[in-house]
Amino acid sequence: MSDALYHEAILARAKDTAREGRIDGATRTATLDNPLCGDRVTLDFALSGERIDKVRHFVRGCALCRASAATLAASLEGAGRGALAANAGKLDAALAGATDDPVWQVFAPVGRHKSRHDCVRLPLAAARAALADAG
Amino acid sequence: MSSASAALRRQFPILTPGLAYLDSAASAQMPVPVLDAVRTFETSQRANVKRGVHRLAEAATEAYAQARGRVAAYLSVPADEIVFTGGTTASINLVAHAFGSLLKPGDEIVLSGLEHHANLVPWQMLAARGGITLRFLPITGDGRIDLSALPATLGPRTKLVTLAHVSNVTGAIVDTAPVVAAAKAVGARVLLDGAQRVPHGPVDIGALGIDFYAFSGHKLFAPHGVGVLWAKAELLDAMPPFMGGGEMIARVELSGSTWAKGPAKFEAGTPPIGAAVGMGAACDWLSGLPWAAIAAEESRLTQRLLDGLQATPGVRILGPSGLQGRAPVVSFDLAGAHPHDVCQIMDSKGVALRGGHHCAQPLHGRFDLAGSTRASLALYSDDSDVDRFFEGLAEARRVLL
Repeated sequence: MSDALYHEAILARAKDTAREGRIDGATRTATLDNPLCGDRVTLDFALSGERIDKVRHFVRGCALCRASAATLAASLEGAGRGALAANAGKLDAALAGATDDPVWQVFAPVGRHKSRHDCVRLPLAAARAALADAG
Repeated sequence: MSSASAALRRQFPILTPGLAYLDSAASAQMPVPVLDAVRTFETSQRANVKRGVHRLAEAATEAYAQARGRVAAYLSVPADEIVFTGGTTASINLVAHAFGSLLKPGDEIVLSGLEHHANLVPWQMLAARGGITLRFLPITGDGRIDLSALPATLGPRTKLVTLAHVSNVTGAIVDTAPVVAAAKAVGARVLLDGAQRVPHGPVDIGALGIDFYAFSGHKLFAPHGVGVLWAKAELLDAMPPFMGGGEMIARVELSGSTWAKGPAKFEAGTPPIGAAVGMGAACDWLSGLPWAAIAAEESRLTQRLLDGLQATPGVRILGPSGLQGRAPVVSFDLAGAHPHDVCQIMDSKGVALRGGHHCAQPLHGRFDLAGSTRASLALYSDDSDVDRFFEGLAEARRVLL
């Protein structure tokens, strides 16, 4: 994998629009801002009990934030709610340079840029807010 | 680049080859005379001011007083109208509390839609606690305050008009004469946020006809953590203190206290002495520079930025398209690319820019944007900075678009 911050895989994730948009009648939703840069992330969830049937993300933000949102949405769709914490742990490990997880290791180069950690963490924070009292 | 401007640039040791520092609107760099002044103070004069009789205390007190005089000279005002603060934000908060306490519910304050949050949020807080109404001058499509709205916005309840002298996003310089005339016609005071104006040459405060002027040291080639509020002596006398503590008192008893006169009333506690000394040195150094030549060079480089950006596909400049009434601050949107991504990639090419909303979210909302990318010049900027800027922008476009 490239050490460059804007490597091919991360830019491809940023351009992945498969789960971009909103869910009409979403079971859970949350919108969070990054007050430092004004970026905004909305995550919508359609739940069936503990199962996440569908995830959509709507991001007004940078390429890193969009890549993270797309990665998270793809990782959570079809999984249980507990998958959120697991994915957050994988992102933390990637930022610490301590993972070979095939999905999240693309974010490893972000680890060297502390000012950009919040960019990739914002979608996970929005998901956490959306799912906080679900269940 | 002329030999004179090259010599000027050499006085900034941080500007090493390979660095195009185009973030001076956030923090300008410090020249050797300022660095030397701070080092001299901290290594041979450091002590608290006004309190001690030992030789270091006397030297520190004298250095602090000299700094006040040097700042005053840069603004062509009396030294006893200069209040040292922590920065522009602290200066404006001081006015919002001290002058704000003289206002009554129903009074009005006029701002504009392009203000830095430092000249917006303190007034929102005052409005919430004091029943004050805020009114806003609109912004034109090219990022100027629309002064044609002055008659409809100001009225008999207007007590203060507070505006950015220069926008930290669009670079637009406000035409102060009609603002002051409109304010005086209704008996209102005028505050200018001069943070982005003072780095581009001395300001003759008296000629502006205003009542308050606020700015920061770190944008004026001086240390962080110091700023200035200039206010007319009559206002310093009329306003109650904002913060209480040591040094701002005349007498303290358990039953109550009385206040010091002049700037001291607003300088509670130990001030940022070394930083103020640096600011004084900066003003002294700046006062001796050839400003006509510097302004011409800043304008020429700004024109290069504007021309190159206007020729770049997908670029939208947020601000005046020409040099008339504009400071060397150039913000732009690159369609399809986020400002932070642009800045990150350009940093990898040695170009230091600022991306985001620049603490001016309402203005970016006016432009229907979350943020922008900003290049800001200073007296040490040269053609190599602009060359590197466009090399970096080409790389950002190649990677992101």
